[in-house]
Amino acid sequence: MIHLFRNSGFDIVLDVNSAAVHLVDEMTARVLRILLDRKDTYGSEELAEPELAREVAEELDQDPELIAEILGELSELTAVGRLFSKDPYEALVPKVMDNKTVVKALCLNIAHDCNLACRYCFAEEGEYHGRRGLMSAETGKKALDFLVRASGSRRNLEVDFFGGEPLLAFDAIKEIVAYGRELEKKHDKLFRFTMTTNGVLLNREVEEFANREMANVVLSLDGRKEVNDRMRPFRGGQGSYDLIVPKLQSMARARDGKQYYLRGTFTSQNLDFVKDIEHFYDLGFRELSMEPVVTDDPQFMITEDNIAQIKDEYDRLVQLMREKKDAGDPFRFFHFMIDLDGGPCVYKRMSGCGAGTEYLAVTPWGELYPCHQFVGQEEFLLGNVEDGITNDEVSRRFKSVNLYTKDACRSCFAKFCCGGGCMANAYQSSGRIDGDYEIGCELERKRVECAIALKAFGSEEG
Amino acid sequence: MKHIKTLNDKTLNMTVKKGGCGECQTSCQSACKTSCTVGNQECENKKR
Repeated sequence: MIHLFRNSGFDIVLDVNSAAVHLVDEMTARVLRILLDRKDTYGSEELAEPELAREVAEELDQDPELIAEILGELSELTAVGRLFSKDPYEALVPKVMDNKTVVKALCLNIAHDCNLACRYCFAEEGEYHGRRGLMSAETGKKALDFLVRASGSRRNLEVDFFGGEPLLAFDAIKEIVAYGRELEKKHDKLFRFTMTTNGVLLNREVEEFANREMANVVLSLDGRKEVNDRMRPFRGGQGSYDLIVPKLQSMARARDGKQYYLRGTFTSQNLDFVKDIEHFYDLGFRELSMEPVVTDDPQFMITEDNIAQIKDEYDRLVQLMREKKDAGDPFRFFHFMIDLDGGPCVYKRMSGCGAGTEYLAVTPWGELYPCHQFVGQEEFLLGNVEDGITNDEVSRRFKSVNLYTKDACRSCFAKFCCGGGCMANAYQSSGRIDGDYEIGCELERKRVECAIALKAFGSEEG
Repeated sequence: MKHIKTLNDKTLNMTVKKGGCGECQTSCQSACKTSCTVGNQECENKKR
């Protein structure tokens, strides 16, 4: 399968199964369009047939020698498995399924409580379909013990402090992290702690702690003051922007090269979200993420009618990134990052996010759920930190989902970039964890095209 | 080639043999939490 597209003036071909990316000239793009109108795939020898060159040349009203030369190059790439390559991976599915499940990452919902009342919050301002509460240090330590037990020989372990607002339980976080450092030595593990915070409680002490202990800090802000304050007010209704922006700026500066992301959410109310990304930039942030909202609230949800505008915004974002790079002060956008020569192996790309298998969420009371977005939905309760996973049926269901169990993925050019997409989004949209969330897929495809186009610019620069 | 420029050297099928160690970061732990972006994660397989 190949995907031919045009972005930012480039004609680009992604060979889906090999992940090879080719920049082609305009005439080659025209030849490929004719070929793809006829059928989806070609063999190397077929492309080298003089008769094909004659037919295509006639259709394009071009010199047959030129078309034969182009088809010769396409044939050459096909012969070495970088164009029209076959999918050799489906045969690996049983191997993936048979692998022993090990847990390597926990989302510690350390606070089911929040000091903001964001209007789109899937965690219901921290309550997660349940009651408010903070995780005790003791439960957090048990969660780390569980992770060490369940991780087998896996060395790199990840623990994200999430909420609600995790800094409501800062004392517990400090104790849990200290305990993690002890466990590292005892069990030859490496804990990567991360934190996602709304910034309200950031101060010098938190900054110092985060810079010492946190591999990544995710800072939440939605953009321009009016956008942020409409969506991220305090419980009393007043906006959070004025209080949190200086704190977030200080935290980002303090990271001094260590990883952080400034992460926003856009809704149907700010479909011009590149202005918000530009605002992040103007505030001094350079590591940026902006996510489409996950909600079924008709006031804010992204609908099919919004897709064309969002795609245009992503194109605008590509241009903005180019402008800033050309001016010598670039920024990064999480969803446009792609490593064409490295990146994860095909096993990871087939099995996706790992929710319910290698990635679990823990409630303040020590219950285990497949991921933070399923927390509080009783039918997905997996077990708890003391007894481990006791609901094998739910675990099996999550493990069974992969690229090859989702029909929509089979024909999608972006499948090896999203790994089948977010199961929580699929469930919310279709009622099935292996269902489809077509809007999400459409946006992911656009982001992949933009990410590749940015690489094309890079190659032009040599 | 005159008409085509390939941007990458490695192909995905090269990862079949040495892949699957699982030491890489879980995608949702980075900066998304509401979608899935696997392709931008780094490989952490020391033997690859």
